[in-house]
Amino acid sequence: MHPFVAATAGGALIGLAASLMMLGTGRIAGVSGIFGGLLTPKEGDMGWRVAFVGGLIFAGIVAAFAAPAAIAAPENRSLWHVAVAGVLVGGGVRLGNGCTSGHGVCGLSRLSQRSLVATLTFMSTGAIVTALMRIGGAQ
Amino acid sequence: MNNTFISALTGVIFGAGLLLSGMTDANKVINFLDVGGAWDASLGFVMVGAICVNAVLYRLVLRRESPLFAANFRIPTRSDIDARLVGGAALFGLGWGLGGYCPGPGFVSIAGADPAPAVFLASMLAGMLVVKVGDQAGTPEPVSPVTQ
Repeated sequence: MHPFVAATAGGALIGLAASLMMLGTGRIAGVSGIFGGLLTPKEGDMGWRVAFVGGLIFAGIVAAFAAPAAIAAPENRSLWHVAVAGVLVGGGVRLGNGCTSGHGVCGLSRLSQRSLVATLTFMSTGAIVTALMRIGGAQ
Repeated sequence: MNNTFISALTGVIFGAGLLLSGMTDANKVINFLDVGGAWDASLGFVMVGAICVNAVLYRLVLRRESPLFAANFRIPTRSDIDARLVGGAALFGLGWGLGGYCPGPGFVSIAGADPAPAVFLASMLAGMLVVKVGDQAGTPEPVSPVTQ
């Protein structure tokens, strides 16, 4: 499959999933928000969050057997880079109330101004850091 | 229970979409963000595909009075652009480009052979906890009623 077709089809599945979440639970399908909610446990609010994250992990387990090439770690990054990246992502999504899914997919679909600003911001700083890493010789 | 089932199903479909689209290849993600390098534009179409489908279906879904398995729709209502939003998104983008992972692909990729997604998720949890603790420290203690 051509990468553009695969990306569009995969995106369509993500959009379908986000709509299904809204139809069933009335919630935004933002991965960081759903996972982050587990850090402030409320009674009756945990099961659906665990189930969603479990579904993501299950899809990965199936792929690890059926299509292992779909999962690839960054070749030009050390585990230290990845560890620092994780802290930035975790802190950033809590401060900014969302990540690629909550702002980029769900928020833009609702024409949210906050999500538009967030998406433009994280795409920009993402572009800056990848450029700096390339210039620094990481790729 | 239905709520839990639909969430699990949503997670699986969402994960399949991430896998099919190429979002679980961290090198592809890095090359997508690096517009001045060996730019891989394909991942831009993930957002296009997702928004086209979701924008239409959201409109249909939100015509309902309520969701199937919950009392209300819970849609964010804030519209203010503050420094916390922009700063948080900026940090998130830095981390996304530095590691090649955002949260969804991090969870999906944990089943792969490489330790990177596990390292990413553990440190992401740490970053989330840092902000949570910072927020709690910044919030004044609720005043307890004085009983004498």
